[in-house]
Amino acid sequence: MRLLKLVPDDTNIGFLKWRNVAMAFSILTIIASIGLVAAKGLNFGVDFIGGQMIQATFTETETAPISELRDDIGALGYGEATIQRFGDANEVSIRMRLPADAESRPEAANEMTEKIVSTIRADHPDVRIDGVESVSGKVSAELFETGAYSLLFAMIAISIYIWVRFEWQFGIGSLFALVHDVALTFGLFALTQMEFNLNIVAALLTIIGYSLNDTIVVFDRVRENLKKYRKMDIIALLDMSVNETLARTVMTSLTMLIALGGLILWGPDVIFGFSVAMFFGVFVGTYSSVYMAAPILIWLKVGPDTFVPAESANDQAEKMGGPEQIG
Amino acid sequence: MLDFPRWKVISISLLLAFGVLMSIPSLLGANGLKYWPSFLPSETINLGLDLQGGSHILLEADPADVATARLQTMEESVRAEMRRATPRIGIGDISRKNGVLSFMVRDSTQVDAARDAIVPLTSGAGLTGQRDWNIEVRDDTRFVLTPTEAGINNAVENAMETATDVIRRRIDEMGTREPTIIRQGDNRIVVQVPGLDDPEALKALLGQTAKLEFKLVDFEADPNMVASGRAPVGSQIFPYPDNPSGIPNIAVKRLGGISGDKLTDAGQSFDQQTNAPVVNITFDSDGGSKFARLTQNNVGRPFAIILDGQVLSAPNINEPILGGSAQISGNFTTESANQLAIALRSGALPVDLKIVEERTVGPDLGKDSIDKGIIAAVIATVAVLTFMVVTYGRFGVYANIALALNLFIIVGVMAMFNATLTLPGIAGFVLTVGSAVDANVLINERIREERRRGRRVIQSIEVGYKEASRAIMDANVTNIIAGVLLFMFGSGPVKGFAVVLMIGIASSVFTAVVVTRMFVALWVRRARPQELVI
Repeated sequence: MRLLKLVPDDTNIGFLKWRNVAMAFSILTIIASIGLVAAKGLNFGVDFIGGQMIQATFTETETAPISELRDDIGALGYGEATIQRFGDANEVSIRMRLPADAESRPEAANEMTEKIVSTIRADHPDVRIDGVESVSGKVSAELFETGAYSLLFAMIAISIYIWVRFEWQFGIGSLFALVHDVALTFGLFALTQMEFNLNIVAALLTIIGYSLNDTIVVFDRVRENLKKYRKMDIIALLDMSVNETLARTVMTSLTMLIALGGLILWGPDVIFGFSVAMFFGVFVGTYSSVYMAAPILIWLKVGPDTFVPAESANDQAEKMGGPEQIG
Repeated sequence: MLDFPRWKVISISLLLAFGVLMSIPSLLGANGLKYWPSFLPSETINLGLDLQGGSHILLEADPADVATARLQTMEESVRAEMRRATPRIGIGDISRKNGVLSFMVRDSTQVDAARDAIVPLTSGAGLTGQRDWNIEVRDDTRFVLTPTEAGINNAVENAMETATDVIRRRIDEMGTREPTIIRQGDNRIVVQVPGLDDPEALKALLGQTAKLEFKLVDFEADPNMVASGRAPVGSQIFPYPDNPSGIPNIAVKRLGGISGDKLTDAGQSFDQQTNAPVVNITFDSDGGSKFARLTQNNVGRPFAIILDGQVLSAPNINEPILGGSAQISGNFTTESANQLAIALRSGALPVDLKIVEERTVGPDLGKDSIDKGIIAAVIATVAVLTFMVVTYGRFGVYANIALALNLFIIVGVMAMFNATLTLPGIAGFVLTVGSAVDANVLINERIREERRRGRRVIQSIEVGYKEASRAIMDANVTNIIAGVLLFMFGSGPVKGFAVVLMIGIASSVFTAVVVTRMFVALWVRRARPQELVI
C-alpha cells in the first residue's frame, strides 16, 4: 500500500531566505489591519455595544425583505435598525439601540421588541422569531472589558510559559506571532464587516492557543537542533527545523481546515463568524510561526549557547546522540 | 517499546471502557434511556439554552436602592422606639438626606434615654460586635445615624439572598422545569429557564417587585394641588393611572397604612358583581388584625391599594374587613391578575431588580443548530478519519480509533460532571477532531523521519513517541492556558466551549499518546515487523 505524502521526503525549501520580504509584508498587513479597524471600525454585536438583536426567519418567503423591514422599523421611531442576512436568505438579524429610557425603565426594551415583532408580523404572518438578545450598556461595557483583558492575558501568559519552557527570545518570538495573528483577524472583521461578538473573542482565544501549537513545534525542533548541531549557521538551522516539521505543519493545518471548512459550509448559522475566524486564524497562524516567530530568533541572536553553555557542550553532544547519526 | 506490562493494558482498557460507558446515556437520548439498566450510571450532558431553546436573564439590583430602603426602615424603627419609650420621647426635623438619618430630640434632657433606645437598633447581626450604624450626637440634641460600610454590605447581601429565594419561588410557581438561578457577583442574579413558551411573561414576573401597600386616601386634599403633583402636609402623592376622576395622581396619608407583605396566600379570581379579574389575598394573623383595625376605624373612607409605587385602585371601605382576607381590584386582565397573585404568593422582592441582559433562543433555532452542528461534525470527522488512514496507513487507523474513543470520553466526562453542551461547544468538538490528531501527526511524522535516518523499526517508533511527546505537552499546555482564560472570562455559551476544549485537550493527550502507544506496542510484539509502512 502506498501512503499519501503531502510533503516529499528531503524537502528543503529556503524559507528564511525571504525573511526580510516576509517580515516587511507581515508588518504591512498588521498596519493595514489596524488601519482598517480604525477607518471602517468593527461591526460590533449587541454583546459589546449594548442594544437589542432579534433573529427572525421568514418561513414561507425565499428572501427576507430587508429594505422593507428597514423602512418599517425605522418608521417606529426607535432609530435606525441594522438588518443583516443571517444564515439562509430568508433569515435576518435585526439590531437596534436600546430605547433611551431603558436604563431607568426596564420594560422599555420589552415594549420595543413587541412593537417590532408585531410590525413585522402584520405584513409577514409567516415570520418566526428565533431569538431575542438584549444587553444593557453597562453589561456590554463589562463584556467588552473582560473580552479585551482575556485576549491580552492569554497572549502574555502564553508568552511567559514559552519563556519559561524555552528562553526569553522564544517568548518574544511567539508574542510577535500572536500579535500578528490577532491583528490580522481583527483586520478581516473590519474588512468584511461581519458581526464581531463574544463568539469571535472565543475564536481569537482559540486561535492564540492553536497558533502557538505550531510555533511550539517549530521551536521545539530548533532547540533540539541547536543542541545537536552546534556549528551550524543559525539561518540554515532554522530552515532545517522548519523543513523537518513541514510535513506535520501541512498535515495538521489541513485536518484543522477540513474540520473548520465543514463547520463553515454545513454548520449552524449562529457560529458562522466563529468558524470563519478560526479558519482564517489557522491560516495566518501557520504562516506566522514560520515567518514571524522564527526570524525574530535570528535578530535576537539565538545561537548554540542559548540552551547549552559552551563549556558543557561536549557532554551534551554525547547525550543527545550527536550529529554523526544523520542518515 | 515492547515493554508494555499487562497491568498497564488492563488499567488503560478499564479507563477507556469507563469513559465510553459514561457517554452512552447522553447518546441514547430520552427515549433510549428508558431501556438503560438502572444500576448503571445515567448522568447525561445538559443541552445549553442556545441548543434547546430558552431564556437567559441577568438581573441587577442597585445597592443604592437597598441603602435607601434601609434608611426608611430605620426611620420607622426610630419613630416606633421613641413612641414606645416611657415617657414618650418627642423628636422632630427628621431627614434622610445624603444617606444618613438625622433628627432632633425636642427635650435635651431626654437625649440619653433616646440614645439608649436607639443603640439596640444599630448593632450588627453578627457576633463580631460590629455596628451597622454609627450614632453621633451634634449640638447636644441632633442625632445623626450613619450606616457603616459593613452594615450596607450586609444589607445588600441579605437582600440578594432573599431576592434569589423569591425569584426561585416565582419561577417554580410558573411551573417551568429545571430553572437555574444563581447569584453572580455582589448584586446580580442569573436566571436560566430552558424551553420556555412565553419569555415575555417570565420577564414581566421577574421585573415586578410586588411590594403591596394599603394607605388611606387623603380625600381632603385640594384636587388642583394633587393634579400638579404637590402633596398636602402629612400626605404624599402616588401615580394613579386608572383614576376614575381623570387625574393621574392621588394623595394618600403618610401614616396609618399597612404593608401587604404579611400574606399567607394570594390567588386570581373574578369579582362577583362586575366579573372583572381580581386578586384575592389572605393575611397572616398579625397582618389580618392590623388590616381589621385599619378598616374598622375608617369605614366609609377610601383607601388606596398601592403596588410598586403605583395605585391600582382606591375603593371605599364599606364595612370592616375582619376575616383576614381581601380583594384587590384594578385594571387587570386574567393574565396580569394571575401574575400578580404569583408574585404576591412568593413574596415581594426586597429590592428592585432590573434586567440588564437577556438572551432568548427559540426552540426551532436550537433544533436547527443541533441538526446542522451534527451534520458538520460528522462530515468533518469522516473527512479527517479518511485523511489519516490515507496518509499513515495502520498508524492512521490507530489514531482514528484513539480519536473515536476520545470523542466518547469527552461526552462521558461532560456527562459525569453534568456539564452543559452549548453551540460553540459543538464547534469545540469539531475543533478537537481537527487538533486531536495533531499529536498523532507529530508522532507519526517523527517515526517517518527516524526511519529515514536509518533507525531500525522498533527504535524509530520508540524515538518517535519520546521526542514528539515534549512538543505535544508544550503545545497542549498553551491550549489549556487559552482554555482557562476562556472559561474565566467567557459568558454562558463561550464557557461551554471552553469546557469542551479543556476536557478535549486532556483526554486527547491520553488517547493520542498513551492509547495509540498501547496499540502500537501490542502490534509490534505480535507481528514483529521488519519493515514499516508509514
